[in-house]
Amino acid sequence: MSGIAIVFMIISMLTIWGGLAVSLINLSRHPEKDDDHVIETAETAGNPSL
Amino acid sequence: MSTPSSTQGAPLASEKRETFSSRKLFILSAVGSAVGLGNIWRFPYVAYENGGGAFLIPYLVAILCAGIPLLFLDYSIGHRYRGSAPLAYRRANRKTEMLGWWQVLICFVIAIYYAAIIAWAAMYCWFSITKAWDKNADGAEGFFMQDFLQVSDTVGVSFDFVGRIFVPMLIVWLVTMVIMIAGVNKGISRANAVFMPLLIVMFVILVVQSVFLPGAIDGLNAFFTPNFEALQNPAVWAAAFGHIFFSLSVAFGIMVTYSSYMKRKSDLTGSGYVVAFANSGFELLAGIGVFAALGFMAHNAGSSVDDVATSGIGLAFIAFPTIVSQAPLGGLIGVLFFGSLVFAGLTSLISILEVIVAAFQDKLGWKRTPATLVVVLPVALISLILFPTTTGLYLLDTMDAFVNQFGILACALVMVIVFGAGLGMLPKLAKHMNRHSSIKLGTGWKVLVGGIGPAALGYMLINEVQSKINEPYSGYPTWFNGIFGWGMAGALIVGAVLMSLIPWGKNSKINDPEFDQHKANVNAEELPEPAGKEY
Repeated sequence: MSGIAIVFMIISMLTIWGGLAVSLINLSRHPEKDDDHVIETAETAGNPSL
Repeated sequence: MSTPSSTQGAPLASEKRETFSSRKLFILSAVGSAVGLGNIWRFPYVAYENGGGAFLIPYLVAILCAGIPLLFLDYSIGHRYRGSAPLAYRRANRKTEMLGWWQVLICFVIAIYYAAIIAWAAMYCWFSITKAWDKNADGAEGFFMQDFLQVSDTVGVSFDFVGRIFVPMLIVWLVTMVIMIAGVNKGISRANAVFMPLLIVMFVILVVQSVFLPGAIDGLNAFFTPNFEALQNPAVWAAAFGHIFFSLSVAFGIMVTYSSYMKRKSDLTGSGYVVAFANSGFELLAGIGVFAALGFMAHNAGSSVDDVATSGIGLAFIAFPTIVSQAPLGGLIGVLFFGSLVFAGLTSLISILEVIVAAFQDKLGWKRTPATLVVVLPVALISLILFPTTTGLYLLDTMDAFVNQFGILACALVMVIVFGAGLGMLPKLAKHMNRHSSIKLGTGWKVLVGGIGPAALGYMLINEVQSKINEPYSGYPTWFNGIFGWGMAGALIVGAVLMSLIPWGKNSKINDPEFDQHKANVNAEELPEPAGKEY
């Protein structure tokens, strides 16, 4: 393999697989929230602004 | 919604709307949908043809500027309006319901031919062991066209069935039906939780085995050597945007449907980045595996990689069998490669069918099992009538080309225009995404979806219309492309309009107390707007 091909192989791996790793780290830092803990008030139940 | 039905044998839904039981299962299922046949057989050649290593630049730009922003548009609509594509769009705005049915019909067309390719790949797993193509004097191509598909000389529609395609297709449909009946958690999630790790393990073994073949380095050299001049060519940039767009499964209802099964407090953008980069990560792996194998093929034939490089059906069913016959442990390469195609295809087929099943479930208000049967049985029947025949390949080729360009691409263009400039809903949707997401959407996202999106999609669509008008697709007769290409694409739009005119019955999910509760919760979470600022 030529030098430039090796360089581009490494850059591709770093950006794409690195991007996946960074995305996974970001997600793991934001744990899943539980829907049950949401405040649900009767007054807002009829709000039709959705 | 507990109205008893006196006429339907009580198939009405009393069950709660399903949700993915964990974020991990949603991500696995969304990756399973995005990683399909295109990642394996399309990406390597597109990258090679459009600048090799230098293609990385337009590719990354396309992911960040079009792929991920459009993915988030799908997520926001599905998650906020919690419904199948037609229902979610209708809840967003009554006039956009037709877009949802358009996507349902697009998924119907894709599903009927996708199952055929999965069945071929399953048969080729077996042929890799027997090396069935070695017996044909014309090699793998002769075997594929004459012995296996028994392709008719005349382009048309015949009902000469080919038994050894019909049977595996029937099995594909039966397996798919069982998964679909089992539902989101017991069916779709479980299937993805099994198939996706299996796919990744098989593919990694395949790639490792391929890179140690003689000549593999030449293949990788060809794949990664950058051609910087290609970056000055607008067609290369269009290829990058086009590839990302199809690869990520955006704008045909799948991501709207899947995100409607996510919990309210989900980190939508954080999950979306993982899905997008996992999809690209798999493509890169496929590029390495495929070009290492093609390098070996060229080495064996004494030719250059350029002579053997190809994509699609030609790569999978003609080039790879040749490699299987020649490589050491070729049988294993074949089983891993075709097995990967089967698993990647099945997980995508499931997601495509879920768009249709969910739409009918919402429209009829039926339970999972009857709604699945009423959808999958007719779809499977049409698929089994049209594709395991001597003319199946022609139909598949034309329908695939036209549904991609004048179905998905056209629908995506209409969607970004309608939700962006038309209804001005992007600020509201961004606000919804930002409520619980780790990565916030700002002005950049609205510009990319509302401005860059229509421009890029419009440019691609105009190019496609011109090229398909200038010469008949694949050289097929005008009547054939007229009916199964242009006619089919037009029929999808007419069908979508008609479907959106059928009123939603009282048993349908249009009046759903569960959604009212969801709506109330979402509204309760909305932060009060500063006076004078209106969304």
